[in-house]
Amino acid sequence: MRRFALCAGYMGALYAFILLPVGVLVLFSFQDGRLPIPPFRGPTLRWHEAVLTDRRLMAALWNSAVVAAGSSAVATLLGFLAARGLATGRLAGAAAIRAALLAPLSVSYLVIGLGLLASLNLAGLGLSLWTVAIGHSVINLPLCFAICAAAMGPAVVQAERAARDLGAGEGRVMALVTAPMILPALAAAFLLSMTFSWDEFIIAFLLSRFEVTLPVEIWSLLRGGLNPKTNAVGSLVFLASALVVLAAELALLRRKG
Amino acid sequence: MSLDAAEARRAWALTLPAVVWTVAFFVVPFMAMAALSLWQRTAAGLVPAWTLENYRAILGEPAAVRAILNSIEITLTVTALSVVLAFPLAWIIAEEVPPRWRRLALALAVLPFWTSYVVRSYAWSLMLARQGVLNGWLEGIGLPALDLANSRAATVIGFTHFFTMLLTLTIYASLTQLPPNLRRAAADLGAGPVATFHHVILPLTAPGIAVGAFLTFALCVGDYVTPQILGGGRDLAAAQLVMLNLGRRADIPMAAALSVCLMLLVTLAYLLLARFMRAPR
Amino acid sequence: MIAARALTRRFGAQVALDAVSLTVAAGEYCVLLGPSGCGKTTLLNILGGFLDPTSGVLEIAGKPMTGVPAARRPTTTVFQDYALFPHMTVAANVAFGLRMRGWPRARRTARAAEMLALVGLEGAGGKRPADLSGGQKQRVALARALAVDPQVCLLDEPLGALDLGLRRAMQAELRAIQRRVGATFVHVTHDQDEAMAIADRLVVMNRGRIEDEGPPERVYRRPATRFAAAFLGETNAIPARVAGGRLATPLGDFGPAGGAEGARLVALIRPEHLRPDPDGPIRGRLREAVFQGQTRRVTVEAGGIALVARLPVAAPLAETVTLAFDPADIHCLPEEP
Repeated sequence: MRRFALCAGYMGALYAFILLPVGVLVLFSFQDGRLPIPPFRGPTLRWHEAVLTDRRLMAALWNSAVVAAGSSAVATLLGFLAARGLATGRLAGAAAIRAALLAPLSVSYLVIGLGLLASLNLAGLGLSLWTVAIGHSVINLPLCFAICAAAMGPAVVQAERAARDLGAGEGRVMALVTAPMILPALAAAFLLSMTFSWDEFIIAFLLSRFEVTLPVEIWSLLRGGLNPKTNAVGSLVFLASALVVLAAELALLRRKG
Repeated sequence: MSLDAAEARRAWALTLPAVVWTVAFFVVPFMAMAALSLWQRTAAGLVPAWTLENYRAILGEPAAVRAILNSIEITLTVTALSVVLAFPLAWIIAEEVPPRWRRLALALAVLPFWTSYVVRSYAWSLMLARQGVLNGWLEGIGLPALDLANSRAATVIGFTHFFTMLLTLTIYASLTQLPPNLRRAAADLGAGPVATFHHVILPLTAPGIAVGAFLTFALCVGDYVTPQILGGGRDLAAAQLVMLNLGRRADIPMAAALSVCLMLLVTLAYLLLARFMRAPR
Repeated sequence: MIAARALTRRFGAQVALDAVSLTVAAGEYCVLLGPSGCGKTTLLNILGGFLDPTSGVLEIAGKPMTGVPAARRPTTTVFQDYALFPHMTVAANVAFGLRMRGWPRARRTARAAEMLALVGLEGAGGKRPADLSGGQKQRVALARALAVDPQVCLLDEPLGALDLGLRRAMQAELRAIQRRVGATFVHVTHDQDEAMAIADRLVVMNRGRIEDEGPPERVYRRPATRFAAAFLGETNAIPARVAGGRLATPLGDFGPAGGAEGARLVALIRPEHLRPDPDGPIRGRLREAVFQGQTRRVTVEAGGIALVARLPVAAPLAETVTLAFDPADIHCLPEEP
């Protein structure tokens, strides 16, 4: 009994620590006043409305979606191809290639962004959403590669061999055998990349100029200090991500069951 | 062409795009940055001076040394706090929560993961603001208000919040990967709960904890957003100094040199922790 | 050594163990045999202290075991997956129980070496579990369980992960090691050949109950139930009736029989107990003959019943087969509903 109380107490305290800030954020997005601080007055939906009618925020949201989808597609495709190439076990220096592909994981985003910024400067190239997408594909490629490589077990390699034996060309082996077999991994890689890119700030901040992504736009909102409108954007972004995660979770569960 | 050579060629054709991408957009930029750290910013613009002057300037400037030390201190505090907070939580979820509720308990414990990273720090600034929620409660129960806004404590709280979630996940994963019979075998041979924890569970979960601690260190030491939003502009962290050089001072070589220093720190942490990250075969 | 009375274990609505009573004498090699889900592993877990019985009483070495954790029981377990600690050397694994009992290092080391020698792994103490083969891991698990000198050693499908040849060799070795250390062994398996080869006492289980128990030969020749008879090996079940003090079957008169006049019985006879004999009482038509190396398994249809016999390979095969048997090999059971 004392053990139960101890566990429940600890869990309660940590859950409060973990969940409270988000709870407070959401609560004060309904604040009927200029400042999202106590006492709570409301509720009102006017800040949510202000967000949804803010042209700059909506443009940033669209930019974020495009950058996330594009960079994730590139990262997933490249990661998948490389995982397939390495799964054959026919490459000399496979370990070195694997290490090189995974290397960006151990470097902080600030350094990756700064490196790209420096070389773009040296090459005399301008900044745009394209450069942000390239930056995001660099941070997501190792992740996609690792997820696909983990899914490319011996069963997949054998099935590919069988397909080739039955006369399928390379393209059809990949499209009809490999990709369907590791579809859950491909979906997981793509969705995880999407959320990482969607959420990424520092690379997007360093590598964008006039058109910006949502986290960068929110960052500029923060300059104005505490504001219920920022709460509203944050809550809406949280809600959207939570729904995507929930959908992915349900899809995976249904597959398993 | 032999069959072997044909297969090797095909494997190369598949792997090459990813390798080229990584080299072009990661390795080359990284080299460019390292090279740039040896340049100098002069009144006439950036000059390829090929000198270690920037590094000497960092070591000679108390503010720069202070910023790097700040980052190290914050990171070490956060890493230790997060491990200490996360381990019991992961343990309770893995061991004490009934199996059917485990997924939900874990999902709840990492729910704020899905808020935007910038927004999470903002949420803490709401909590900790002078007239914010926390002080509202403290006054409500008759305690003096705390002045946490724009302080190192606020930065540490914000970081700890995030990394407690991350470590709960990694530690939970390594706890559930333990074969249940190992614990039974230890008990069977006479080990009590404490001995089982010390001789079996801790050594076998150490790799998971070390990986989590390294991730915490690597992500924390180079982070700009959290110290900028929560810590304010007085007691700078290293990443804030990098951004300051990049922006207001327009000294890209100096920013590059500071980044190289941060990289070296992460490498050092890796070398120190690598021994613990290897799982027993 | 072990006295279990009416042990019952429920998992929700499912009864895994149904009022099982069992006694095992000190120094006995007891084998629990049964199909998967029969309750044998549940029983072993209750003996080892990993599971509480829902009801019933268990005594080991004369002491009641209610509420006694695994660590304080005079038992140790060899787990099916061996459960070797991957981060410790083989010697440290074997010495773990002694360390927990506070033995000084030098004595531990000596005892671990001694136990490794007992299981035929001299000098392997410095290796890691990952460097060992399946059979070697099995031996280390056994050495670890025996190092603390338990009164009862519990083995959960200890040979289940080994291939056939190694399994047969390990059976003999397990038996020899048990003789040398003198502890009581309780061994769970679903392999009837393994069970008969090592057991002093064989316990056949099904659906949470004990079907039969006793020396393997007795259980094989005079099983208490149809299930026990069939689980230990192929058998012919022939419906029979007591008439005039003799056993009447569709295949003719099977000799004198005890029991009440008119009682309905099942007469069991093993295939190897049927022999070719031109003057034999059973005459039937050959349906199938399968060469099996040492013997030929033939199916013979006689009196509307398909009989299986195991005949010498040299025996001539014809359209009509006549078979004889020794009435002593017939075992009668009451007809089951």
